[in-house]
Amino acid sequence: MRAIFSRWLAVARDFARARPLGGVGAAVILLMIAAALLANFLSPYDPLENDYSAMLQAPGARHWLGTDSFGRDVLSRLLYGSRTALWVGFGSALIGTSLGALIGASCAYFGGKVDLLIQRLMDIVLSFPLIVLALVVVAVLGSGVGNVILAISIPMIPRAALVVRSSALALRQMLFVEAALVLGSGHWRIISRHILPNVMAPYLIMLTAFLGQAVLLEASLSFLGLGVAEPVAAWGLMLRGAAVEFAERAPWMALFPGMAISLAVFAFNVFGDSLRDALDPKLRLP
Amino acid sequence: MRQYVIKRLLLMIPTLFGVALLVFFLLRVAPGDIVELKYAGSGTFAPKEALDRERKQLGLDKPLAQQFFVWIAGAARFDFGNSMWTGQPIAKEIAIRLELSLQLAVMATLVSMVLAIPLGTLAALKQDSWIDYAVRIFSIGGLAVPSFWLGIVIILMFLIFFKWMPPLTFTSFWTDPRANLAQLLWPALAVGYRYSAMATRMTRSTVLEVLREDYVRTARAKGLWERVVVVKHALRNALLPIVTVIGLEFAFLIGGLVVTEQVFNLNGIGMLFVESITHRDYTMTQALVLLVAFAFIFMNFLIDLLYAWLDPRIRYR
Repeated sequence: MRAIFSRWLAVARDFARARPLGGVGAAVILLMIAAALLANFLSPYDPLENDYSAMLQAPGARHWLGTDSFGRDVLSRLLYGSRTALWVGFGSALIGTSLGALIGASCAYFGGKVDLLIQRLMDIVLSFPLIVLALVVVAVLGSGVGNVILAISIPMIPRAALVVRSSALALRQMLFVEAALVLGSGHWRIISRHILPNVMAPYLIMLTAFLGQAVLLEASLSFLGLGVAEPVAAWGLMLRGAAVEFAERAPWMALFPGMAISLAVFAFNVFGDSLRDALDPKLRLP
Repeated sequence: MRQYVIKRLLLMIPTLFGVALLVFFLLRVAPGDIVELKYAGSGTFAPKEALDRERKQLGLDKPLAQQFFVWIAGAARFDFGNSMWTGQPIAKEIAIRLELSLQLAVMATLVSMVLAIPLGTLAALKQDSWIDYAVRIFSIGGLAVPSFWLGIVIILMFLIFFKWMPPLTFTSFWTDPRANLAQLLWPALAVGYRYSAMATRMTRSTVLEVLREDYVRTARAKGLWERVVVVKHALRNALLPIVTVIGLEFAFLIGGLVVTEQVFNLNGIGMLFVESITHRDYTMTQALVLLVAFAFIFMNFLIDLLYAWLDPRIRYR
């Protein structure tokens, strides 16, 4: 156990040394995860508690990042908001990339008509802009964290499928796949045991690339009022309504959540970039 | 070539049909319909008969398959009918907003090109120097900063430092270019910065690849000025992927400015989209989704044609 841990630590250290930007990204992500996990210990106030005696207070000793128009502590809402962001980010990136990888690998493996049909279906989904598709899905399913995760992961599926398919096409011709077929392995076994493990690099790269996008999309949807609903603490939601209305009087309401979103997405992106450089520098993402 | 163009144009039809089918049924699965929402907004109690009468008027009482075929038959003749919410012809409602959205898309694309191509080339030429790092951080930042938040910050700066707000009503560029630019320049900058990020990264990586080609070494060896080598030999050959990214981004911009339009209070396609979807205005949403999907598919097609024009080695059959 300790040996494994120290090996991982060595890998992480080498990664950070070779790619300082990626190392910084990883550190910020770890900090964010810690903030999300420890939100109830770190937050000075209850993120949902209205305090009408302390509305729109500027950042100061009592409220480090000020309060919003309901008197809720901005810092506490930011900390709890990281839970929503990470939950939606990891949830949708995992679902989207995994389903996409499964579909892409199956397309490459079966080829022929199945491939053609699924490709056309993917084309249809791809021709919707990300946010438009997410909007339609949220309208259908209703708002709420679970539905937002679904809405964001659906547009990711064809994009992940495209990349994984092109990586898996080459594997189809490999001898070990043929050998497995000769040995009498079923299709499902070949896909899960022989193809999917070999597309791990593009899978991981897509996953990290989507993490940032998902956080941003969630913020956009919540900002439009079509994502996570009040009073849940979410960064996009904190920018909605009062933050714009009182932007001149209480700019901290709009500034800090935007910085949190930017920092989070930035961290995911630089980490994802460095990961791509380390694993598969030639891969182009759609 | 002609055959190729015809084939590609015909292939658009099944994809668009699929998009139409998908959006039509997705919308009808969504809970609540426009009639309920209309009455809910009016705040009065509505008897069931009144709701049914209204539904009948809008043709919502007919079987779904029939509704779909009536609509798709109209759409095939570019007749999208009337908006269920305002009752105005959809073509007219969209036309009013398309000018703003198109202009914004063009301006944002210009901003992103002006930023991306020089910055990306510079970063590639000075690979691994501090300039390269600065450009990379700047461009990854563009992907990370939400353009709607950047918009809020821009408006806030103007308010605090200049006590000035961008105008709220749209004036056509042709009637009053100053008022028009005063409104649209800032959203174009906010969005253009974001969209420049992808293009900058693409420029950097393709120029890096091209710089290692033999013909660049030859050009340098025969003593050409570095500027000529970079612009004429490297950049020109790196253009294809850059053009793809910029073209696709332009297609996205037409329908994808949903959030930015909200921040800058612009009455464009994106705003119309959000309104129509929250009102469950089926006909309007369907038309808009088709428009956006068409823009995207058509842009893909144009890019492929542009490839053949930019690179004589590419032939289509």
